[in-house]
Amino acid sequence: MSTVAVYVEQRSGIIKRPTFEALTAARSLSERVVALSIGACDAEMLGAYGATEVVVVEHPLLREYSSQAVAVALAQYLRSSDIRTLLVGGTAQGKELAPRIAVLVEAGYMPDCIELSSDGNAIVAVRPLYAGKVRAAVRPLTDRVVVALRPNMFTARTTESAAIPSVSTFSPTIEDRDRRVVLKEIIRNEGKLDVLEADIVVSGGRGMKGPEHFVLIEQLASALGGAVGASRAVVDAGWRPHSEQVGQTGKTVSPNLYIACGISGAVQHLAGMSSSKVIAAINKDKDAPIFKVADYGIVGDVFEVIPKLIEKIKAIKQAATS
Amino acid sequence: MNILVCISYVPDTAAKISTIADGSALQLDGVKYILNPYDEFAIEEALRQREKHGGTVVALTVGSESAKEILRTALAMGADRAAIVPSSSLDSFGVAVNIAAYARTMNADLVLMGRQSIDHDSFQMASTVAALLDLPSISVVSKLDISDSTVRAERDIEGGKEILEATLPIVISVQKGINEPRYPKLPDIMKAKSKPIEVVEIQTAPPRVEMFQFSVPQLKRLGKIFGDSDEEIAEFVRLLHEEAKVI
Ligand SMILES: Cc1cc2nc3c(=O)[nH]c(=O)nc-3n(C[C@H](O)[C@H](O)[C@H](O)COP(=O)(O)OP(=O)(O)OC[C@H]3O[C@@H](n4cnc5c(N)ncnc54)[C@H](O)[C@@H]3O)c2cc1C
Ligand SMILES: Nc1ncnc2c1ncn2[C@@H]1O[C@H](COP(=O)(O)O)[C@@H](O)[C@H]1O
Repeated sequence: MSTVAVYVEQRSGIIKRPTFEALTAARSLSERVVALSIGACDAEMLGAYGATEVVVVEHPLLREYSSQAVAVALAQYLRSSDIRTLLVGGTAQGKELAPRIAVLVEAGYMPDCIELSSDGNAIVAVRPLYAGKVRAAVRPLTDRVVVALRPNMFTARTTESAAIPSVSTFSPTIEDRDRRVVLKEIIRNEGKLDVLEADIVVSGGRGMKGPEHFVLIEQLASALGGAVGASRAVVDAGWRPHSEQVGQTGKTVSPNLYIACGISGAVQHLAGMSSSKVIAAINKDKDAPIFKVADYGIVGDVFEVIPKLIEKIKAIKQAATS
Repeated sequence: MNILVCISYVPDTAAKISTIADGSALQLDGVKYILNPYDEFAIEEALRQREKHGGTVVALTVGSESAKEILRTALAMGADRAAIVPSSSLDSFGVAVNIAAYARTMNADLVLMGRQSIDHDSFQMASTVAALLDLPSISVVSKLDISDSTVRAERDIEGGKEILEATLPIVISVQKGINEPRYPKLPDIMKAKSKPIEVVEIQTAPPRVEMFQFSVPQLKRLGKIFGDSDEEIAEFVRLLHEEAKVI
């Protein structure tokens, strides 16, 4: 397939993992992979994941992030090149940016893709619909296409054959009116790993019986180096913040390991976690729907099982480090 | 302030959705439709902004005749007017073209929508409509302050929040938490039944993407379920460590 471009998302100089996932996916589609970075970036690192060229988009009006201005800049670059395909990691930033670029370059937009292939010419993707109840194969009907990839569905892999990519600069024309929205400040949830960025997510549901018992979920998550998630039932009850909600109307996560504790497995919850690599569940009801999607499960009381799990996990971790 | 609130009519999340035998189309017969849950927050936010700034709230949907039902809900909640673009065959881009066209005719200062439609979960409408109108946009907003023509918004991102500043006119998609949607009162529900609904001429737009094959995913899960004895818990942990290699 012809050249594929990848948007480089970075924050404070750190390139986000979905960018590496998109580079790896791009490499499987095309020999020529162009990474598009707003401002300076670690080109060598991008090369390691498959970028053959890096384009640094430079403009004084791009120093403060504005999705509007970045879209204008990237669209100008795409129009000036022969590139027909742009891949973007489907992060909060990517999902806001990608459709805007698609309009500006008159491209079809394919969001939330979990599989990608090419029929030689055009890209074909698979995306879940209706909370994952069905999947659709999608293709663009336009010459250009912008694709957003669901994070953690494509494995980021460095390539043996990586050469240091060539780096060039592109100077777009940006005016003040192109940045009528700007990012002023980021407030981090300090000291808390986010379910969207964690390799392991441990979630608690109504079976935890009350907010005070979430300390068990926290301890299990911390023993595993994972993040704490929650079902909507417990978020609605005010036991946990909305930022932890996993599900169709919360966050869609695809960690390596998802552990559901005292969660029944309603379809809306499954929508947010069924693409996890490995799913484990603890529930006292052997008929709970969560077991139908679980790789590993324990039928038991969370209050008895979780402390024992923590103990055994700590023992394994200790054995591994000693 | 001229406020346009866009709402969509979507299958209830509990609905069973499958495909026809050869996978060339979805099987949606008998499915119950509802007002997209996020759009309730958008309607509520529109009403609150009108309370602060004055103006008019128009609710718009692009959809089939039966989608008029959700426009009645918006009217009962307090929208001044309602309009429908009677089409159920447009792709997301086509829907955006029609929303943008309507926003232009009514000279909207603020276009509000939900963060996602729970049918296709695309998260794209706010950015797409804004780009078509050459306006700024902010999506997944959990807090919105507008004074004069300055917009301050908070939005959720991985591991935190962003604070953004922008100017009117703007397109905003909202997230749960921004407000508590009101329940329409019975007399207002009755009144809404007889209010006129404007039928808007469709702007055709060639589709830009095509969904051509549908399937019901076969979940290939191991299904190794254990009891809660010490030995079984130990085995569960061992498998996560040695077989799945995830801990
Ligand atoms: C439009 C819409 C959107 C929604 N979006 C979401 C969403 O994003 N995320 C989401 O999670 N839900 C969502 N829901 C809600 C969803 O339908 C369920 O109501 C919710 O997921 C249930 O949460 P739960 O599993 O914690 O609670 P329950 O369904 O009450 O399940 C509790 C489980 O805990 C088990 N249990 C109880 N005590 C113990 C114990 N001592 N030890 C072990 N197990 C125990 C029970 O057997 C049961 O299976 C949505 C619903 C709608 C209508
Ligand atoms: N057919 C439609 N008619 C009106 N508004 C819509 C329509 N589809 C989507 N929207 C709006 O766009 C938001 C985001 O939808 P989406 O980008 O499709 O996930 C929804 O919450 C609605 O506010």
